[in-house]
Amino acid sequence: MITEIEITPEVLARHNVTDEEYQRIVRVLGRQPNLTELGIFSVMWSEHCSYKSSKVHLKRLPTTGARVLQGPGENAGIIDIGGDYAIAFKIESHNHPSFIEPYQGAATGVGGILRDIFTMGARPIAAMNSLRFGPLEQVKNRSIMEGVVAGIAGYGNCFGVPTIGGEVVFEESYSGNPLVNAFALGIFKKDQIFYGKATGVGNPVIYVGSKTGRDGIHGATMASAEFDEESESKRPNVQVGDPFLEKLLLEACLEAMKTRAIVGIQDMGAAGLTCSTCEMGGRAGTGIEIDLKYVPQRESGMTPYEIMLSESQERMLLVAEKGREEEVFQVFRKWEIDAVTVGQVTADGLLRVKDHGVVVAEIPNAALTDEAPIYQRPLRKPTPVSSAPSPKSRSPRLACGPALRKFLSSPNLASKEWVYQQYDHMVRTNTVQLPGGDAAVIRIKGTEKALAMSLDGNGRYCRRDPKRGAQIAVAECCRNLVCVGALPLAATNCLNFGNPQKPEIMWQFSEVIDGMAEACRVFETPVTGGNVSLYNETLGEGIYPTPVIGIVGLIEPITHVTGSWFTGDGQVVALLGQLTAPSGEYQAGLEQSFSEVEREFRSLGDAYTLWANRLPCPPLDLEQEQRVQRACLEGIQNGLVRAAHDCSDGGLAVALAEMSFSNFQGAGRGAHIDLGAADFPAGVLFGEYQSRIIVTVDETHWGALQKIAAGHGVGLLRLGTTGGDRLTIQDGSSILIDEAVAELESIWRHSLGQYFQR
Amino acid sequence: MKFGVLIFPGSNCEHDAYHMVSKVLHLPVEFIWHQSKDLKGCDAIIVPGGFSYGDYLRTGAIARFSPVMEAVRKFAAGGGLVIGICNGFQILLESGLLPGAMLRNRGLKYVCRHVHVRVESVETPFTGSAQRGDVLQIPIGHMEGNYFADDATLRQLEDNRQVIFRYCTADGKITDAANPNGSLANIAGICNEQRNVLGMMPHPERASEAVLGCDDGLVVFESMVNSLTLVATRS
Repeated sequence: MITEIEITPEVLARHNVTDEEYQRIVRVLGRQPNLTELGIFSVMWSEHCSYKSSKVHLKRLPTTGARVLQGPGENAGIIDIGGDYAIAFKIESHNHPSFIEPYQGAATGVGGILRDIFTMGARPIAAMNSLRFGPLEQVKNRSIMEGVVAGIAGYGNCFGVPTIGGEVVFEESYSGNPLVNAFALGIFKKDQIFYGKATGVGNPVIYVGSKTGRDGIHGATMASAEFDEESESKRPNVQVGDPFLEKLLLEACLEAMKTRAIVGIQDMGAAGLTCSTCEMGGRAGTGIEIDLKYVPQRESGMTPYEIMLSESQERMLLVAEKGREEEVFQVFRKWEIDAVTVGQVTADGLLRVKDHGVVVAEIPNAALTDEAPIYQRPLRKPTPVSSAPSPKSRSPRLACGPALRKFLSSPNLASKEWVYQQYDHMVRTNTVQLPGGDAAVIRIKGTEKALAMSLDGNGRYCRRDPKRGAQIAVAECCRNLVCVGALPLAATNCLNFGNPQKPEIMWQFSEVIDGMAEACRVFETPVTGGNVSLYNETLGEGIYPTPVIGIVGLIEPITHVTGSWFTGDGQVVALLGQLTAPSGEYQAGLEQSFSEVEREFRSLGDAYTLWANRLPCPPLDLEQEQRVQRACLEGIQNGLVRAAHDCSDGGLAVALAEMSFSNFQGAGRGAHIDLGAADFPAGVLFGEYQSRIIVTVDETHWGALQKIAAGHGVGLLRLGTTGGDRLTIQDGSSILIDEAVAELESIWRHSLGQYFQR
Repeated sequence: MKFGVLIFPGSNCEHDAYHMVSKVLHLPVEFIWHQSKDLKGCDAIIVPGGFSYGDYLRTGAIARFSPVMEAVRKFAAGGGLVIGICNGFQILLESGLLPGAMLRNRGLKYVCRHVHVRVESVETPFTGSAQRGDVLQIPIGHMEGNYFADDATLRQLEDNRQVIFRYCTADGKITDAANPNGSLANIAGICNEQRNVLGMMPHPERASEAVLGCDDGLVVFESMVNSLTLVATRS
């Protein structure tokens, strides 16, 4: 055994290993670890790999269902979509690397999630991402965003997966800590699924893909610590992506799997060779022995410590059937990719690492995986974030037309065209609904099915009320799917929070899990996997608690796909759900928020974001929400609904404006809307009440839609008629908004891009 | 009548082209690996889009050295139909099968969106079923689609009516605003002097089915089929 460097408190601190954890390591091994072993423990017991703070809470999420073929614990969750097909999907964060080096951080985030999908045997057919940045008025935030978007584009476009949707949110709390959550989905036949298990004692362990270098050493540990002024000097910890190699790796892996000579496979992501070896052994209850001299290396003189902890990208570890290695090698040779046997599966349950025959690390796999530390960290409810209601009860009458223009120009509400036009969102010729709709939709070739998917989060609601905020995220995500005609099937989540050692943060986390669990049960969307990202703090300042949920839905037959734009003149515009909600508290909050930022509506800045941050978390009744969604879906499935749009950020007025635009510039059409008399029109127009969907139907179908709404016991309010080139909204006799659609559209379409033309 | 779709390391639109031929045109189609020295008796070759060799050196610059390109050169010299789409166009430029070069888009960003192109000449096997002046809505998706050629080459292209598609407005006007990447003379697609090799940046295979929102691109492939049928009947 090599014990060249003494394990001192400084060495432990550098590895983010506590004294208590060190004692545990000594107990497990029955001796002191050497530096390589300490490195291995430190990454596997890092928050990023072990989920040590979150595990006790994650157990409360529903994870099973009739369609779930694989729940949490594997590289990705798997869902049965009927017929021969299954889908694998997951979301993962790459927040920390994206702050330090935006382009490569985001690119390798995409690369990592794609490998998680194809390592299971599925061909990636869709990618999405959920991005959060600080306000674009700040140069630094613009440069981070520009880098992140270019990184996602650079990787996904070259790899050949369409990036078809997601969300982009701007808020001050993400200024020093952007969130980059990448989602991918793949498809395969049900009998083609591969797992990350090292079964079969004596089977060869094969390393394939890129050579190992010194890049990304300790990435997982970095992602488990807060940022400080020194963080930017950690740039060498960020890996560099090679999407071309990943594309070859994809084709080679899928082709090699067809030989049936592969028994298990896992990608090398965070904690690289360490994580893939011990996890594959851990899942199968076997041991793995490797000799580092066989590992392809791109630099000379790498130590065992460096090789085991490297996070070089585009690498996979696979276990093949003994004696059939050559079949695998042949495929990788065709694609000109390294593939070499580095060791074998053993019966002793140990991860044994040799360097030229000398044992340099020997650790029980279970100690690194299932038996890693789990913490029940203390929780404390923080003082609620609320602007104490001022006695002033009535906001001044807001000029609604200018306010709508202002809203549409906010980066948070404006078209994200500037972003998604940089992504190839059409490759693979499956994209049925272009980005910009309520949810992304792709067809499944050779079937009558289509898949819809959406990512949703709302840090500003969760900050006010983490539990309800999380429920709203799930509700809105399902609502988005229903609007395009899909039945929500299953979920994946990315939980972005601050430092879990702060009881207030841990309380937020626990509340979010409770809310998400309850909502996912109601909507019957089990959580099949995901990722937890903690320590999202810079200089002690945490981000808003930001759970992001990704839900996949099924549209069958594909003819049910519904868009969110007005499709013709003379159609009835109606609201499913209630115009407002009977909550005095929310109403008061709305009024106050308007009065507080009234001035902002006359200035140049982003008034919507300032206003929205002052809004309370809106009320939500899960059961009512579900009834609205069911009514909408039935209306679509019965062929009545011509367009459907979720009413959320920016409220009814923004939703109506969005419906009057089109995917194609200048192809929009107007509508005439009458809300009836409202005593607080700005609240009705812009309030972010939940459980509302705007639909359009032909006049002849109005009666049928009424029957459906009544059948589900939900409100259906006739708002007006489509047509003309203006969006006109009145309450009874007075006109609130009367704007040319083309002008609103121009504001909405170009506002975001203008920040980057400065 | 059989189509061949080339695969280079990093091609990523090969499945799309294959699907379009087999499932939309209902015709035989075969993949041809970049190391292949023959074209398996195919009657038309599609050089698909993607990022051959990662586009790391210059788009198409490495793919041109693939053994299969020698076979394509011979095939084209004998009058065989070759269409290069997006990265395929870039490969044909680098191979010298078409004149000119690609620069980075003038916005310096990758652009993926629907654009309009005007059919400038129907005297090619790729546009024979269209009408001159037809406006087609077809998506683009590229970083280097800013077509460039020197004055003499451009003049030659124009004189020989080798410019087949130009970026235009929805109503067919050739304007700078309708040019998504800064291409010289709004050029979106050109053919060789013999008119049997076409390169175009827009992806007609992405606009060949109504379910994808648009099937304006289909005319390109239908034209090829008609032209090949005609040749077959004549001989």
